[in-house]
Amino acid sequence: MSGVRVLAGTRKGAFILTSDGARKQWDVKGPYFGGWEMYHIKGSPVDSNRIYASQSSGWFGQTMQRSDDGGKTWVPIGNKFVYDGVPGTHQWYDGTPHPWEFKRVWHLEPSLTDPDLVYAGVEDAAIFRSTDGGMTWAEMPGLRGHGSGPRWQPGAGGLCLHTILLDPQKAQRMFIAISAAGAFRTDDGGDTWTAINQGLRSQYIPDPNAEVGHCVHRLAMHRSRPDTLFMQKHWDVMRTDNAGDRWTEVSGNLPTDFGFVIDVHAHEPETIYVVPIKSDSEHYPLDGALRVYRSRTGGNEWEPLTRGLPQENCFVNVLRDSMSIDQLDPCGIYFGTTGGQVYASDNGGDSWTAIVHDLPPVLSVEVQTLS
Amino acid sequence: MIRVVLPPHLKVLAHVQDEVLLHVEDPPTIGSILDAVESQYPMLAGTIRDHVTHKRRPFVRFFACEEDLSHVSSDTVVPAAVIAGKEPFLIVGALAGG
Repeated sequence: MSGVRVLAGTRKGAFILTSDGARKQWDVKGPYFGGWEMYHIKGSPVDSNRIYASQSSGWFGQTMQRSDDGGKTWVPIGNKFVYDGVPGTHQWYDGTPHPWEFKRVWHLEPSLTDPDLVYAGVEDAAIFRSTDGGMTWAEMPGLRGHGSGPRWQPGAGGLCLHTILLDPQKAQRMFIAISAAGAFRTDDGGDTWTAINQGLRSQYIPDPNAEVGHCVHRLAMHRSRPDTLFMQKHWDVMRTDNAGDRWTEVSGNLPTDFGFVIDVHAHEPETIYVVPIKSDSEHYPLDGALRVYRSRTGGNEWEPLTRGLPQENCFVNVLRDSMSIDQLDPCGIYFGTTGGQVYASDNGGDSWTAIVHDLPPVLSVEVQTLS
Repeated sequence: MIRVVLPPHLKVLAHVQDEVLLHVEDPPTIGSILDAVESQYPMLAGTIRDHVTHKRRPFVRFFACEEDLSHVSSDTVVPAAVIAGKEPFLIVGALAGG
């Protein structure tokens, strides 16, 4: 019997929602790690019982947790994230040099092949790797060693590395994104990185076409087409069909192209989803109506999906790691809001149901498809 | 033995219910007490002070015998009542958050 497990990280703990393949009845467990900020929780694609979690606190800093039984029990794992060598500086908000300082883990990306191998995207932006199930961590210094590092600067949420995409066809290739530096690609397992921001245009930086400095909010990939990436930038929805060498805008008829999340249908590589947000200073849906937009054409032509979603007086946000898609057919789509709801659709987005509500603000949503 | 009281969140993280008892070499200092805490409960490393610099985290405080020891040197020997086990060494999450 197939099933799904939704891992929701919130501002005050983690919640685990499970359902069978019908996805009609949900069992909600939690909070786990009550009172802690759970920036991201993600399971291994090769061992669904292996789950990694980033647990942090303004008081006690970063800790990490791992479950080997599908979230029933957890053990603390390594939380020592030390930059390689002399950390150097990046730009601060006022443009002055600022030393790299570790703050938290934003994103965890378990390997596609090895449950003990996991990557962590952190603030201040860097990528770390663990090969022992998270017990120890080592920076992959080639990324910050990219010559542009001193010019990276934080977005409003900090200088965070929030997206890590592993290429399922090229083991040495991965993509990452940083707010507000941009997107980068490695083709040699992380030794060297290339800024892949050509075609991005950002009016809020001195050179709108700069090599780095773009506030990329999220990247998404369909596993069957890893050279095609979709991007929700601060403003603009973008796509590339050559692994980031060149981006083109596909915002099309979106009512606003600001937003955070973007994801791809499990079985239709040209069907993508975004949640438009009014603006960078008004972090809520346009007109107080929560609408997911779907494009079946890889962008440009978008349709609003509203059934089951609040269409008045809704002023929540949907943060960048808060959308996920299961692998069932039809696939399920999930997203969480800062109002504490997790919405799900089991029909490609045509209709939605709040599978839980009144949680603390949701920071991340991941779904595991269980066989 | 030195008695140490952890803040509630760190008790949960360390899987302890009450205050913890630690053997600390004489003379026990703030730093050596924290060394012992991290040695006995490795999951607490980095949560009270920085892994590398050992600088106290900003929202953590150290109290003992009605004194705030947060701002003194980590080489400071703790009060006699703490050494004698009559009073605990308190690690406190600063009151913050409204």
